[in-house]
Amino acid sequence: MARRVLVTGADTFWGGRMVQALEADPSMDVILGMGASTPSVPFERAEFVRADQAYSILNRIVKATQVDTILHTFMVTNSATVSNRAMHEINVIGTMNLLAAAGAAGSSVRHIVVKSSTLVYGSSARDPSTFHEDTPRGSPARNSVERALIEAEGLVRDFSEDNPATLVTVLRFANVLGTHLATPISRNLSRPLCPSIFGFDPLLQFVEEDDVVRALLHVTRGSVPGLYNVAGGGRLPWSEVASICGTRLVPLSPFTPLKIRPLSRLFDLPGELEDLLRYGRGVDTRRLAATGFDYQATSAGAVESFIRALRLRRSAGKTPSSYTYEHDVEQFFRHSPSVTGGVDS
Amino acid sequence: MTNGRPVTSEKKRSTAIVPIRIPAEVPEPLADPRLSDVDEWGRSEKMRALARTLYEPLYSKWFRVEWEGLEKIPAEGGALLVANHAGAIPSDAPVIMHGIEKELQRAVYGLADYFFRTVPVVGTLWARAGGVSARPANAYRLLKEQQQLALVFPEGTKGPSKSFTDRYQLRRFGRGGFIEIAMRAGVPVIPIAVIGSEEAMPVLFRLPTVAKALGLPYFPITANLLTMGPLGVVMPFPAKFKLRVLDPITFDVPPDQDRYSKSRIMEEAEKIRAQLQESVYDMLRDRRSVWFG
Repeated sequence: MARRVLVTGADTFWGGRMVQALEADPSMDVILGMGASTPSVPFERAEFVRADQAYSILNRIVKATQVDTILHTFMVTNSATVSNRAMHEINVIGTMNLLAAAGAAGSSVRHIVVKSSTLVYGSSARDPSTFHEDTPRGSPARNSVERALIEAEGLVRDFSEDNPATLVTVLRFANVLGTHLATPISRNLSRPLCPSIFGFDPLLQFVEEDDVVRALLHVTRGSVPGLYNVAGGGRLPWSEVASICGTRLVPLSPFTPLKIRPLSRLFDLPGELEDLLRYGRGVDTRRLAATGFDYQATSAGAVESFIRALRLRRSAGKTPSSYTYEHDVEQFFRHSPSVTGGVDS
Repeated sequence: MTNGRPVTSEKKRSTAIVPIRIPAEVPEPLADPRLSDVDEWGRSEKMRALARTLYEPLYSKWFRVEWEGLEKIPAEGGALLVANHAGAIPSDAPVIMHGIEKELQRAVYGLADYFFRTVPVVGTLWARAGGVSARPANAYRLLKEQQQLALVFPEGTKGPSKSFTDRYQLRRFGRGGFIEIAMRAGVPVIPIAVIGSEEAMPVLFRLPTVAKALGLPYFPITANLLTMGPLGVVMPFPAKFKLRVLDPITFDVPPDQDRYSKSRIMEEAEKIRAQLQESVYDMLRDRRSVWFG
């Protein structure tokens, strides 16, 4: 069945990767990418629509394009990239507008896939070692990104209760490591010195970048509804992650909050890492596996994949980004009658 | 408008300019470069082996531990070990874990208050040595899904914090949570009566204000502290340890229920408490000397 898919955050890393992955799938008939800024990767056949971060025009786009699937990849899970207010705007207001558009009378949307994070479980001493999809949080949310994600997931839950005819999938991804993505964790690991909290060696679970894309594709293609944790198998202590990556741990004082530790200025330490570097987090992934999803990498495999790519970049230098989005050029390629052959850059 | 776009012709375009590779359909698994043997509970068999080597002299020379009925602990399958708990810094937990690992070559996970996790260094070492925070979800996963041995002290901190004048008087067995877990996981409860732990580190009195100020569950002043000074914080007296494993108790209820009868749970918990208390008294009746057994 031909599908018409709308991808949010097409200008971001995940949106761009998802658009490219969907383009390779011939069953995806129409692919629309939405984003606030110009995309950083070239789109082959997908259309790009520029919209503000909170998606106030989404309603009209959905109505006009009759998309049947919305892939909501634009959820900020790293508080270092945006201000708290912008994060609320993106995660909560953006999701709200998206759901409002999808739930409007006569809406064509049949499936909504939301990319969330295991941050919604938090990280505290009281936590069980393994969170199942239905396990409640062990502690109240202490930072803005967790609060925003919990609120956004709440909106999604309400939506799925109110609209039983629409399939809703929420994927909660563990910390991602991989060949391209830069996160606070990957930036810390790529330096010769890496922060840890003295006396703590938390167990962490990672998911490989490609597995994130594959999991999103898996649920989109198979129209798999439900709530799933996505994380590679196994867990490894932070000290082991550091030694696989060949970086030395610098213990920070466990008694003062991260913000006022003098050394923390040298590292990437957003609020959500404060507890994670103490207590870690583990999730149960059997539910997604039961739907027929196979992981490419275990947690340790994700670390390995990250460090191998980093070693290559260190040796061979950065691959220059040759692509810049030019609106007129893209329009020309798509609509000019003169374009007859394949496009290459 | 957008509906009428000639998408069909665009499908044929090459994908040559895509810089990021599209993930393989059939995943080819990446290597798993684990360096340590830390499991999902934070337990490391290498660390356990080291701890066993260090603890062995204390176990066999200092405490001269004697077991009775060790064969009642199954060689495989999950079981919840339940014991009485005493002594300011209780030696019963390491003695039981060490003994079973030494004699039966089976890992034992010690369930304890999550408070340990919040203490730097101690929390990490505790986890590496087989400590797990006593959450029902953790106990269920250990017992039912992984069929492991888990050790729990239902008295909680009420056991070790009681003063020496109350020695061998078992405290209330919590809210019977351990019974509920064993029922849900469908595993037997195996009670273990321990004597010697009270005399290894007797609590003379407690300083509740200090405990509150330091955020500790209790702050005991022990006989060890008064006789040995700072060394007494970690050094127990060489009391003779005797352990008696009682008959495993199974519950004829279906596993994996959401709720179990609270009265049944409390009844079973009290039965086990009474049984342990009686065994402790029985062993004390036979004991001629605190130090020589």
